Amino acid sequence: MMSHRGRTLTGWGVVNLLVILYALIPVCWIAALSFKDPSTLTDGNFIPREWTWANYRGIFQTSEFTRALVNSIGIAVIATTIAVVLGTMAAYAVARLRFPGKRVLIGMSLLIAMFPPISLVSPLFNIERVLGIFDTWAGLIIPYMTFSLPLAIYTLSAFFREIPWDLEKAAKMDGATPAQAFRLVIAPLAAPGVVTTAILVFIFCWNDFLFAISLTSTTAARTVPAAIAFFTGSSQFQQPTGSIAAAAVVITVPIVIFVLLFQRRIVAGLTAGAVKG
Amino acid sequence: MSPPAAETEAAAPSAPGRRGELSEGARQERRLGLLLCAPAVVVMVAVTAYPIAYAIYLSLQRYDLRFPDQAHWVGFGNYGAVLTSPFWWQALWVTVLITVVSVAVELVLGMALALVMHRAIFGRGTVRTAVLIPYGIVTVVAAYSWQYAWTPGTGYLAALLPAGSAPLTDQWQAIGLIILAEVWKTTPFMALLLLAGLALVPGETVRAAMVDGATFWQRLWLVILPLMKPAILVALLFRTLDAFRIFDNIYVLTGGSNDTGSVSILGYDNLFTALNLGIGSAISVLIFLCVAAIAFLFIKIFGAAAPGGEPERR
Repeated sequence: MMSHRGRTLTGWGVVNLLVILYALIPVCWIAALSFKDPSTLTDGNFIPREWTWANYRGIFQTSEFTRALVNSIGIAVIATTIAVVLGTMAAYAVARLRFPGKRVLIGMSLLIAMFPPISLVSPLFNIERVLGIFDTWAGLIIPYMTFSLPLAIYTLSAFFREIPWDLEKAAKMDGATPAQAFRLVIAPLAAPGVVTTAILVFIFCWNDFLFAISLTSTTAARTVPAAIAFFTGSSQFQQPTGSIAAAAVVITVPIVIFVLLFQRRIVAGLTAGAVKG
Repeated sequence: MSPPAAETEAAAPSAPGRRGELSEGARQERRLGLLLCAPAVVVMVAVTAYPIAYAIYLSLQRYDLRFPDQAHWVGFGNYGAVLTSPFWWQALWVTVLITVVSVAVELVLGMALALVMHRAIFGRGTVRTAVLIPYGIVTVVAAYSWQYAWTPGTGYLAALLPAGSAPLTDQWQAIGLIILAEVWKTTPFMALLLLAGLALVPGETVRAAMVDGATFWQRLWLVILPLMKPAILVALLFRTLDAFRIFDNIYVLTGGSNDTGSVSILGYDNLFTALNLGIGSAISVLIFLCVAAIAFLFIKIFGAAAPGGEPERR
């Protein structure tokens, strides 16, 4: 009996370990690469023989990377804020109100969620040049917030449906003003859903590559994923391998932190929209 | 989603109008609903519907970005040029191959992963956290990790291969590695969607099958999977459409060389390397049509319930 249980536990331990290795090896590899000394970069060893911060020092000395990092953060934060605000308004309406055209809205969001971004690249490229927002923050914020709106609307409306809205009425009956009822009762209940959605949308904007390389031409608005692809092994580095690896690690850190802090919520958010609609 | 459905939805609130006062409330509710949705709708229409219409317009012109003054109307000429070009069919074939293989592998692997997360006796939280990392990581970062891993001399995986082999420079091996990178990145998402479907399978039903003596595989095939069909179809729909748009992984891993480019890579190259806005737009429109066809196929033929398409339960 004991040995059977022991075997089951060992079996699960092995399975869990395999899953964790599956997820982490490519991440550990790029991190290991980023700590390799330029002389040992091409030794093919997984673990660096000589550890160094040189690659990180190198990228933070170039405006090419620091500027891209500022762009990435600024663009993702602004696009996320706008998408979450607009998404919250629409999702509240979808979850709580009866009005004509609700299905049209849901159908349209679904359509946009499925939209191939490459199809928008050529027209947006031309439109943005005419409007003068090509290669600016606005030029990237606009497509990002649009493509993340369906995600925001789905996730938020799934969360909002779960909120016991009657509590609001109860609070008012107990003498709370509408503002108090919102601030003390509804806002705390809605906050987790909004935070989760904001994280998902942020990850979406943070990850984009196609718009970032297509709608920028200089470091004015180029985000890190796009900037990495343009890293060249110029004067300081023969091969950009080390700088690419270091830059890759820098933009992976926030994602890992989000995942570690909000694991449960991210899972709930990702699946809520898709399963419950 | 269809117009008749929208009609009934629209008619519903006024139908049970019991008193004038109540329908006044319903009217206000409608107004508020429309007002709250308006900004999101305006943004979505302005940034997608208008540009796609503009893309169609551009695709009917001969438009070289180096000579914008010489742009002129050519009708369906660009479509003719694309559809008779071997590059388009090659890219389409590669895209379809990558889509079909990676989605099939992801379904099996994702199901296994979902079962692990569902049934694990311990360490569930750790496994879920680990699995979210491939989902969250920037695709370009993951792609570079794979690229360097397979680069001879640099990579730990290339070191395992026979000397002199450079897998990323061979068409078939490179496509295999692109699929590998795609599968690694997106299996967790598939697994999480399937996990949510798995959670909806009633435990009693599975236990009843167990009591009746069904083996694990019988329970999976005959009880769990049929009950999960809606979740599986939604996951497949999302992933198929997503895989069809594959760009980042190919751009980093091979740049589309040696006939490994997808249709998105082809569109990008025509636009930014050849600077041909007309042809590039024609490819954009064709990709849009392919995606629409895939979505139509899933929703109409396989009956995938579009999320949110189910009747509202208010």
